[in-house]
Amino acid sequence: MSKQTSVINRRDASTAKSATRLMIWSLAWVLTTALAAFGPKMIWDFHTGLTILGVLINVGVGFGMIFTTKRHLQGLDEMHQKIFRDAAVLSLGVGLVCASSYELLEDIRLITAQPEISHVIILMCLTFLVGMIAGHRKYR
Amino acid sequence: MKNRLKVLRAERDWTQAQLANELEVSRQTVNAIEKGKFDPSLPLAFKAARLFELSIEEIFQDGAG
Repeated sequence: MSKQTSVINRRDASTAKSATRLMIWSLAWVLTTALAAFGPKMIWDFHTGLTILGVLINVGVGFGMIFTTKRHLQGLDEMHQKIFRDAAVLSLGVGLVCASSYELLEDIRLITAQPEISHVIILMCLTFLVGMIAGHRKYR
Repeated sequence: MKNRLKVLRAERDWTQAQLANELEVSRQTVNAIEKGKFDPSLPLAFKAARLFELSIEEIFQDGAG
């Protein structure tokens, strides 16, 4: 029994460790995105070399985040994989449809401001969060 | 899909955590399967069948049938 409990705990610990790793990569991606966006203006005065380096680091960390997400997903059991995938599909769908309509709003002059990609990213993150919560509630 | 997982587990006096350990899934997944909220994949159903030494049909029944 204690052996079985420790195996369960090891599994939970492994999932928690994987989730922490994913959180660190996500945070790093946000920070490198901020660095690539604001660094040229506020830190290195549009130095071309540093700007290119900032963008390359941002893309590199972004891909690292993708691979970490994939590894995290593979470590989950089948129900949690389904919850994750359903939330990701919902997020992608909402992001695609809303980004398309959002971009159109300016073209057809319903809004005057330039559509911002950051708004779409925030929407996708929130949709993913809602999808994950809904999935966990569904199978509770 | 209906199943007898809860009954079979109770007969062996196992907790959901113990069954989850045997099936290599989380306790939440075992709970969702027992409640009929989540249908397991074929490999997981086979694993459960091997564990209880029964056929898949003796554990899982088609709810529509």
